Amino acid sequence: MSKVVSSIKEVVQLAGLKDGMTVSFHHHLRNGDFVLNMVMEEIAQQGYKDINVNASSLFDVHVPILEHIKNGVVTGIAADYIAAGVGRAISQGIMEKPVQFRTHGGRPRDIVLGNTPIDVAFIAAPTADTMGNCSGKYGKSACGSLGYAFADAMFAKKVVVITDNLVPYPLQDFSISEDWVDYVVQVDAIGNPKGIVSGTTQITRDPVGLVMASHAAQVIANSGLLKDGFSFQTGAGGASLAAAKFLKDIMLERGIQGSFGLGGITGYMVDMLQAGCFRNLMDVQCFDLKAVESIRTDPRHQEISAMHYASPASRSAVVDSLDVVILGATEIDTDFNVNVHTDSNGYIMGGSGGHSDTAAGAKLSMIIAPMFRARLPIVTDHVTCISTPGKDIDVLVTQGGIAVNPKNVELTANLKAAGLPIVDIHELKEKTERITGTPAKLPKGDRVVAEVISRDGELLDRIYNVPQK
Amino acid sequence: MRRSMLFLPGNNPNMLINGNCLGSDAIIFDLEDAVSPAEKDAARILVRNTMRYMDFRGCEIIVRINSIDTAYWQKDIDEIMPYKPGLVLLPKTGSAADALEADRYMTEVEQKLGLPQNTVGLMPLIETAMGVENAFAIASSTKRVKALFLGAEDLTADLQCKRTKEGREIEYARTRLVVAARAAGVDVYDTPFTDVNDDEGIVTDAQLAKALGFTGKASISPRHVEVINAVFSPTQKEVDYAYEVMDAIELAKSQGKGAIALHGKMIDAPIVTRAQQTIAMAQALGMERGV
Repeated sequence: MSKVVSSIKEVVQLAGLKDGMTVSFHHHLRNGDFVLNMVMEEIAQQGYKDINVNASSLFDVHVPILEHIKNGVVTGIAADYIAAGVGRAISQGIMEKPVQFRTHGGRPRDIVLGNTPIDVAFIAAPTADTMGNCSGKYGKSACGSLGYAFADAMFAKKVVVITDNLVPYPLQDFSISEDWVDYVVQVDAIGNPKGIVSGTTQITRDPVGLVMASHAAQVIANSGLLKDGFSFQTGAGGASLAAAKFLKDIMLERGIQGSFGLGGITGYMVDMLQAGCFRNLMDVQCFDLKAVESIRTDPRHQEISAMHYASPASRSAVVDSLDVVILGATEIDTDFNVNVHTDSNGYIMGGSGGHSDTAAGAKLSMIIAPMFRARLPIVTDHVTCISTPGKDIDVLVTQGGIAVNPKNVELTANLKAAGLPIVDIHELKEKTERITGTPAKLPKGDRVVAEVISRDGELLDRIYNVPQK
Repeated sequence: MRRSMLFLPGNNPNMLINGNCLGSDAIIFDLEDAVSPAEKDAARILVRNTMRYMDFRGCEIIVRINSIDTAYWQKDIDEIMPYKPGLVLLPKTGSAADALEADRYMTEVEQKLGLPQNTVGLMPLIETAMGVENAFAIASSTKRVKALFLGAEDLTADLQCKRTKEGREIEYARTRLVVAARAAGVDVYDTPFTDVNDDEGIVTDAQLAKALGFTGKASISPRHVEVINAVFSPTQKEVDYAYEVMDAIELAKSQGKGAIALHGKMIDAPIVTRAQQTIAMAQALGMERGV
């Protein structure tokens, strides 16, 4: 028996695809991914219509999907994150049916519960054997963890593994196992390594970013959570990485050994592991080459599925054991609701990813953001889109002060006692608007272009089209 | 308290409006070297508007105007004086006459604005050989002068020597300025350390300035501010010793003694003055007496 099929063309024919069905993709190859475009092009070539695409994320590299939308090949999209290239067109109203945004935990939840059935899952695999055992740790297109692809592999009706490094059976150190896989296709390249992982992720040198990072580390240091067994997640942005570096210094100085670092893993988290700041890394996605190298070689660096990472339908998920998470925001309102879906003009340019999952799970959820970007204030009366509800956000750190959600009475007292610059979020808004002025309200269209679904499956907010002049 | 003073280019709005978030005790809005002649007007307006609309609570504003041999300096003063900066930094001050000329014009503008004389202080920037030689005369030329400021980059050009990290070439100027300023009863600030990537060099340089008697040190990089603040802050040991001195003085007074010893050393007036300064600074920094 062999599962190896000669081409994507053949596998699309074999997989039993019909008009109206749902195909799925994962985004570990990020902006270097070739697989989604190759598969969708073949689906279009074979004349299928009305296909739903359920992708854990869509990046700018996936802009060719817009042609398939225009031609009626794709009529439904579900994703956890959509970058500006595709997002802008969606905000302009290119799709009839609203896009469904979920979170990295909510997506596998709905797959597992059967709310979003997948007909054919296409799994980009940097290495696979002839029976479909596959891994992201090896090969020229190595991306590290394949965490987001597990639910697709386990629950799709048909599963296709697409690889550019087909190895003899059995691949020993596999992530996704053959018992879930129907077909294996070898192609020349599944992605462009330059877009898959960055060579290095850099901490910021911007003085304002460093001030925010230093405040963030001090908030953690004075939160009461920084002790042996501490667990932590941070993003790959410059200020978040700088906060991790400052935190590392504090942990080493105090001799604290944390339990685990979580997330999207960067080289900085690997440094923290190697320096003894954590016992383990729990990794749903690797961001840079150092993280890929680490997950391949260090047994303390553990790959986890998105279900294990963040799904509320799991018996437990790692986010439920998380102490502190550092997150970003494009806007935050005076009730601490955060927007990470739309930009300052209302166009889609992101998504929750793991934002609301980690915010809900962590004991301390911290947003780092400058008081303003270009000339637009970060703090507003009402965010354009609620990506993460304010009840799950504890602290906003800016260069102009630290605003603590009023529900955290004890934390406020601790941070004040430590001499940190605590400000009321309304004051911070006024202070910023003295510099920037009060921005005019964004014009809002009358058509819903996307629905933001909470990690628990509830409708959290709607994103409207941006009226075109 | 001016441990650190951070230069910010007067033509960079993002730096100006974030100036008070960067941790320095004072920020220097620079209208001189950081701004090309074509941008002098725009920078002057930007700095004026920043001072008018921004709240820099907790951070003193100093403005480096253009030198008195340019066509800009009086316009600079006209625009910024209504917003009462803590100090005006006057570049290339070579003599008492230079300081007096600036003083005269500042007085005139203060009168026009209805401000009391000397509302805005003057800090001559000593960055020529002539300025160094005239340091005491400059420092004592007018009550408006609150401090001297050493500028080593222009000075070494004038001295026709190379500026080095070790700073042997400015040893004389440094000590001369400290002596002149202290003799005139004003503060004195050290030149910036210009290698922003040398994290150890800034520590050594700041420690040297402190050891020589400088009140504080300027910086061209926000990265240096924290180090400078740390070096020019009293240590807990120094704070505790200052409190001990004051306790000893109180005890001596209550016992009717004129002189008293602490740890085998006589406590005299300069030691008391220094203790009072240390305690004032500790209080400003929120430092408490140790146990």
